[in-house]
Amino acid sequence: MAETFEPKIVAFVCNWCTYAGADLAGTSRTKYETNVRIIRFPCTGRIDFMLLIKAFQNGADGIIVSGCHPNDCHYTSGNFHARRRWMVFKSMLEFMGFPTERITFSWVSAAEGKKWADLVNETTDSVRALGSFTDYKNLDFSQFNQMDHEAIAR
Amino acid sequence: MARIGVFICHCGENISATVDVDKVARLAGKLSGVAYSVDYKYMCSDPGQTLIVDAIKEHKLTGIVVGACSPRMHEGTFRKAAEKAGINPYFCEMANIREHCSWVHPKSDETTRKALDIVRTMVEKVKNDTALYPIKVPITKTALVIGGGIAGIQAALDIANAGHQVIMVEKSPSIGGHMSQLSETFPTLDCSQCILTPRMVEVAQHPNITLHTFATVEDVSGFIGNFDVNIRLKAKSVDFEKCTGCGSCWQKCPSKKIPDEFNAGMSFRTAIYTPFPQAVPNKPVIDRANCTWFTKDGKCGVCAKICPTGAIDYTKEDEILNIKVGAIVTATGFDIKHSDFFPEYGYGKHPDIIDGLQFERLASASGPTGGEIRRPSDGKIPETVVFLACAGSRDKAKGIEYCSKICCMYTAKHAMLYKHKNHHGKAHVFYMDIRSAGKSYDEFVRRAIEEDDVNYIRGRVSKIYEKNGKLMVVGVDTLLGAKPVTIEADLVVLATAVVANEDAESVAQKLHISYDKHKFFAEAHPKLKPVETNTAGITLAGACQSAKDIPETVAQASAAAAKTIILFSGNELTREPVVAIVNRSAAPVFTTCTGCFLCQEVCPYQAIEREEIRDRAGNLLMNAAKVNAGLCQGCGTCVAMCRNKSIDLQGFSNQQMLSEVMGLLNVPFE
Repeated sequence: MAETFEPKIVAFVCNWCTYAGADLAGTSRTKYETNVRIIRFPCTGRIDFMLLIKAFQNGADGIIVSGCHPNDCHYTSGNFHARRRWMVFKSMLEFMGFPTERITFSWVSAAEGKKWADLVNETTDSVRALGSFTDYKNLDFSQFNQMDHEAIAR
Repeated sequence: MARIGVFICHCGENISATVDVDKVARLAGKLSGVAYSVDYKYMCSDPGQTLIVDAIKEHKLTGIVVGACSPRMHEGTFRKAAEKAGINPYFCEMANIREHCSWVHPKSDETTRKALDIVRTMVEKVKNDTALYPIKVPITKTALVIGGGIAGIQAALDIANAGHQVIMVEKSPSIGGHMSQLSETFPTLDCSQCILTPRMVEVAQHPNITLHTFATVEDVSGFIGNFDVNIRLKAKSVDFEKCTGCGSCWQKCPSKKIPDEFNAGMSFRTAIYTPFPQAVPNKPVIDRANCTWFTKDGKCGVCAKICPTGAIDYTKEDEILNIKVGAIVTATGFDIKHSDFFPEYGYGKHPDIIDGLQFERLASASGPTGGEIRRPSDGKIPETVVFLACAGSRDKAKGIEYCSKICCMYTAKHAMLYKHKNHHGKAHVFYMDIRSAGKSYDEFVRRAIEEDDVNYIRGRVSKIYEKNGKLMVVGVDTLLGAKPVTIEADLVVLATAVVANEDAESVAQKLHISYDKHKFFAEAHPKLKPVETNTAGITLAGACQSAKDIPETVAQASAAAAKTIILFSGNELTREPVVAIVNRSAAPVFTTCTGCFLCQEVCPYQAIEREEIRDRAGNLLMNAAKVNAGLCQGCGTCVAMCRNKSIDLQGFSNQQMLSEVMGLLNVPFE
């Protein structure tokens, strides 16, 4: 009997809006899928998109990036920088043939606990439909891993 | 070698009901670098904290992970515990297994696995934590109060009386806010202006308060202790130095047909005006949108001719005033929905269907009718008045689910005021529930029902239409077997919903504070930080946060003032050391920064400076970026931007974030 595939979703969120929105989902006891793991950044502007690639490399099947709505950034403009960098990064990924539908970019405010839950559920559903990201997982990173670690850590 | 302690909290049953805390603690104990792991019923309690302190000492732990609630809740608590045990507090990390796990998932292996995953990411992060030390910054001991209603007035007076400077900004030509429009206040029926105007005068005369009316906040930058604010001083067209407030100008102004905001549109004012007789400052401004001089190209000038002191100046432009303040009290108030919001009640087209604020003006001795309750259409004294509570409030279909809180009380007051003035008149109130919690509030409502014979009907009104000069109010009485009722009324008063100001969103964006979906400003914590916002140094007072009555507003304003005064009590401010830092090393490398200054371009706080690195002879060797830790707010945008990772963010470093990602996945669960 084949088990249903449960995707691993990693969420890169900002501290002020989406992390707080996920907290609100918690305090409101809004139930959602267990597949998501949250990494807290001070701001979406802090997110180095290379970390997304690292997450995929490490077994993620889908990724959520979410922060404050435009104009609502706690740091004035970090989310705009994130959005701009994401557009560039996305076009580069597409150029390389990377399935960008595995990455969801969204805005969830501190008041949108329900939206957070919906976002997680929708992303989980869509990634579940896409299936395991075996293309990436089958690549052999053994020789690069150490190098990359050092490069990012430096 | 790291020796990490893991402390898993049950949070009573909040976590342990769905997460197998014992298993999480046991498996976390097997993680590499973890020297000690334990679970406990209430980690944040005194014995819980003692347990942590003792474990750090006993097991010589170098860092701890507390698997409990959100870091936004108790990070400070546990960092203090870590510090007490003698380790740097920034070697403590919270694994949020409550809000992000136990509360949102059912009891299952998956939930437990997720909790363990969350704990493990933080264990990986802790391994890369570094000792950090709080940053001290000076404080500008001047407060900005935005809004001159009762909330702003109370906050300003409290802060000023504590000996600090206050700058108050009010967008309309006078302070006083909505409270100055009210007739009498519940539950004491004392006259609103009588209690308010002395405080308005006190603000104007206080040596520590600088008042800017007809002014708005243009933009805000900086941070707690050191905000940099630009204020737009709208052109008043009247030189207040020369003006004596004699009033000749507005008596002679030919533009007399402008709806009067102070009287909620029920009378007219002139283009040069003081909003009301007790205005503070009691000097007029020109409403340029309605002034003939400005709309018809200099054709008028009557006020300038009549002014005995030559105070009128049509050439005045808006000015931008730059101020430095240490704290900001946001007291921008509220608005109400107007009768045009209700299609079922005729879209506000019928002049005798009015809102609560308009009724206040009718009942006010300073109002358009001199305090006689006369209906707007023909000036007759109404024989039957119907009051509708919850007009718009608690109505999902209208997009306003919340209770406006003040309407039950003011509707009872309105009905009472009407009955006191018209003993033979009939007052009916349609209501959903009577919410009169508050000191002497329920007694007040009972008085309206029992002593003043106000007819309370539990039910809603489906429509109002006109018939033979009467307003037919069609509703239902749900306490009489849901029987339909129709009342022929002369005047209908809608207790319309309290809503956020139209410009609330833009104000929040200027201040970088959060707001909810109804555009009310968000407090930092609904219970424990009801006055602070998520932006340190900015507090909330009054109805800009949610609908409030006067006593609550005053209490919150004093609380906001207290928070401000606490901030001003020291000479320095201790800030979280979550700031960016450019790497440095010994000569001849100095730094890996190449001086491209992309970081400088993206920094929202101008915190990146240019550092010239010179040799002993003074020759310039290179330019490198340098972070001003006093200005840096720790967003980390520069870090993501840096081409060769020369700049890093303390507390959220590249190594920490990477290890979190790497620690997240592909780990056995047995």
